[in-house]
Amino acid sequence: MPDSLLRVLACGSVDDGKSTLIGRLLFECGTIPDDVMLALERDSKRFGTVAGGIDYALLVDGLSAERDQGITIDVAYRFFETPRRRFILADAPGHEQYTRNMVTGASGSDLAVLLVDARKGLLPQTRRHAAIASLLGIRQLVLAVNKMDLVAFGQDVFNKIVADFYRLSGKLGPLQVTAIPVCARDGDNVTSPSTRMPWYSGTTLLTALESAEPTSHAAERTFRMPIQLVARPDHAFRGYAGTVATGVIRPGAAVMNAVSGTEARVARIVTMDGDLDEAAPADAITLVLDREIDVSRGDVLAVAPPPPLADQVTAWVVWMDETPLFRGRAYLFMLGSRSVVGTITDIANRLDVNTLTEEPVRELGLNEIGRVTISLAQRVACERYSVSRELGGFILIDRLTRGTVGAGMITDLRAGAGDIYWHRLDVDKRARSALMGQKPAVLWFTGLSASGKSTIANLVEKRLHAQGRHTMSLDGDNVRHGLNRDLGFSEADRVENIRRVAEVSRLFVDAGLIVLVSFISPYRAERMLARDCVEDSEFLEIFVDTPVEECRRRDPKGLYARADAGQIRNFTGVDAPYEEPLDPEIRLPTLEAPPEVLAERVVDELMRRGIVG
Amino acid sequence: MQTTRPPHLKALEAESIHILREVVAQADRPVILYSIGKDSSVLLHLARKAFFPARVPFPLLHIDTTWKFRDMISFRDATAKRYGLDLRVHTNPDGLRQNINPFDHGSNIYTQVMKTDALKQALTEGRYDVAIGGARRDEERSRAKERVFSVRGPGHSWDPKRQRPELWHLYNGNLAPGETLRVFPLSNWTELDVWTYILAESIDVVPLYFAAPRPTVERDGLVIVVDDDRMRFKPGERPVSRVVRFRSLGCYPLSAAVESEAADLNEIVAEMRNTRVSERAGRLIDQDQDASMERKKREGYF
Repeated sequence: MPDSLLRVLACGSVDDGKSTLIGRLLFECGTIPDDVMLALERDSKRFGTVAGGIDYALLVDGLSAERDQGITIDVAYRFFETPRRRFILADAPGHEQYTRNMVTGASGSDLAVLLVDARKGLLPQTRRHAAIASLLGIRQLVLAVNKMDLVAFGQDVFNKIVADFYRLSGKLGPLQVTAIPVCARDGDNVTSPSTRMPWYSGTTLLTALESAEPTSHAAERTFRMPIQLVARPDHAFRGYAGTVATGVIRPGAAVMNAVSGTEARVARIVTMDGDLDEAAPADAITLVLDREIDVSRGDVLAVAPPPPLADQVTAWVVWMDETPLFRGRAYLFMLGSRSVVGTITDIANRLDVNTLTEEPVRELGLNEIGRVTISLAQRVACERYSVSRELGGFILIDRLTRGTVGAGMITDLRAGAGDIYWHRLDVDKRARSALMGQKPAVLWFTGLSASGKSTIANLVEKRLHAQGRHTMSLDGDNVRHGLNRDLGFSEADRVENIRRVAEVSRLFVDAGLIVLVSFISPYRAERMLARDCVEDSEFLEIFVDTPVEECRRRDPKGLYARADAGQIRNFTGVDAPYEEPLDPEIRLPTLEAPPEVLAERVVDELMRRGIVG
Repeated sequence: MQTTRPPHLKALEAESIHILREVVAQADRPVILYSIGKDSSVLLHLARKAFFPARVPFPLLHIDTTWKFRDMISFRDATAKRYGLDLRVHTNPDGLRQNINPFDHGSNIYTQVMKTDALKQALTEGRYDVAIGGARRDEERSRAKERVFSVRGPGHSWDPKRQRPELWHLYNGNLAPGETLRVFPLSNWTELDVWTYILAESIDVVPLYFAAPRPTVERDGLVIVVDDDRMRFKPGERPVSRVVRFRSLGCYPLSAAVESEAADLNEIVAEMRNTRVSERAGRLIDQDQDASMERKKREGYF
């Protein structure tokens, strides 16, 4: 029976024969049942690319789109075992457009098998996969030089590719490389030594996989366990369930909640099979402590010294969404069992995976990798990725689509306390606004250019002023003359524009004021960011709802005409999108009523909400 | 007989427990889709471990097509009683009214109405946001591509091109309006792992998995066990007693038995190690057409 589990990533450029190699490996390890083999023979005749032969690639390309197009789109997981070892093999796609799927496969792997076509040598995709595997912490790599039959099993071809690869891998950080010449289609050096390459005396692929040592040092590190949930079946029992990330834990050990700093000792390590004397990394356990301390999901139980508490991290981020990553955007940041809001404060560089050099950029597109700084709404116990995959790897989740849009590996972190911290002020927002007899609020007017935002906001402010209210206006055009005059109209600059205005609004709210903001603010994500800057009851999203045809007709500044003529780019409603509010606090349909009536509606709503008395 | 757990099973077990805990921590109304088979038995065992000493914190949902083996139904009820589980059973009332059955309507329509539609009804009526299933990636090609946390769009449809990246052990359980999740804690297990684990942990399974003499007929080269008097015989056809067992359990007229002498867990594991036939070969519904699993999953099949 196998005595260990190894997670392997198979990657390489398109058409280098990866699926064929895997199919061959599965076949020779006896993993392919006879009826599947029969179906494979049938499919090979119909879709196959190997004339007259069995196309092992069809065994692993599981989606119908993949078989129709003859390419691998998504990562597939394959399982096989030898008497020595059980393998989980992630079969990753080669195409650049599916990099996110390749990263998914790489994230959990101990070792990578990188395929190279002997005729083509190292291709851009080969370099990209090597770089990504290295970035994700894979330190063992098998370089399988495939299709040796098509280069007459030439030793010099093999040697040149290996030499090229060493030049590349020198830039990738520590990497243990085993190079093997193979012919996947016929099985040479896959599971048994090839008779056609007598010059090669190294191991076969399977032997290399069987003898690789998993490189995790997790057990040697200090104990950390993110808490998934608290088990409380009755008053007598309170246990903290989670999977050990690093280190070893035993009953009696002193642990602390890394987030709150409170300490206790481990009383029991509970499992359904009985209490344990010891638990190691990857064990799923429940800890009972000797006293009650406050621990909940998202906290990390740790042996001292505890992991750093960061309010800002810098990381390599792989971007996985069609919408680019911008400075100023906020996402859900999920690390361990913790989810907090993270705002992108800086995108320093993009990694060019072909040259392995960095270049300055302002945004990251789909499948791009960059060095990104993220500011966290609450402090998070974490580690550098090189110390712990479990506490150093995170994903970014879009707050509207709820999809996973990015993955990051922490390279640097800044612990909040000691650097910049909040001064507690004796005179606070409540005190200031009480003196004015009002509650502070942000009235965020959003809508197309020429929809009537500024007109209505102006009328609202006049009425409030006449009632003796303390107000302040921030107008899109005016702010761009001063605070934001360094910003243009690209998507990235628009995001930054909104971020700054949202922060300024927050300061005015702290001053006790009613702030009227008139900004096109076309993206839902940014308006959500602005909303997050203040308390929920303080933010009113006011949608000035005017159809684009009407805005064009009005066009007081002639902007639509210029945008149509191509003189202004990225103009909302012309060549840039406007995402309508889904659930605004107030909607003002300007075709149905004059601005004075609509302004009255806003004031009425403020009274109804008790913002003005 | 209790054997020690091999290290790779310990790793798979811990991974599955981690996944089940993530479901409960993130979901509002999770449910386990309980199919009574060996994978469901392992899944339930893992759920008991994941939350021990607390009880399994979600209900079990069984889609009863009314064509399950009698042994399966009695096993289901006994298991629910034994562990104090909240068992919920759903049958498609429209299908029941129209008497949809595998003999008159064929496996395609029958599966669509009594399994896929029934499942969608039950998930919608129960307002479950997460359904946990025992599917494994080694079962079938399109399953091999599916995530552990697999998002379903409105109407429970699966879009294989829009799968979320899934890294490390970070499972994104956030859902947009109209979306639900299927979660597969046994994704990385193989059929052999399942049996080895059942043996190591002494997990109860339906007796139909063990070889015994059973009344059978042969249809298109497959051995069908006659479970009750609803079986339709062809002219001149009579049940023949054969020593058979099941590798995969479903609805009795659609699940083929295999001829086998393996009468206990040790013998099953030994047989598994030497088999040359795939697990789903006995499932008639998967052979209807190419990529049939992918198509069914797009339509909302589990």
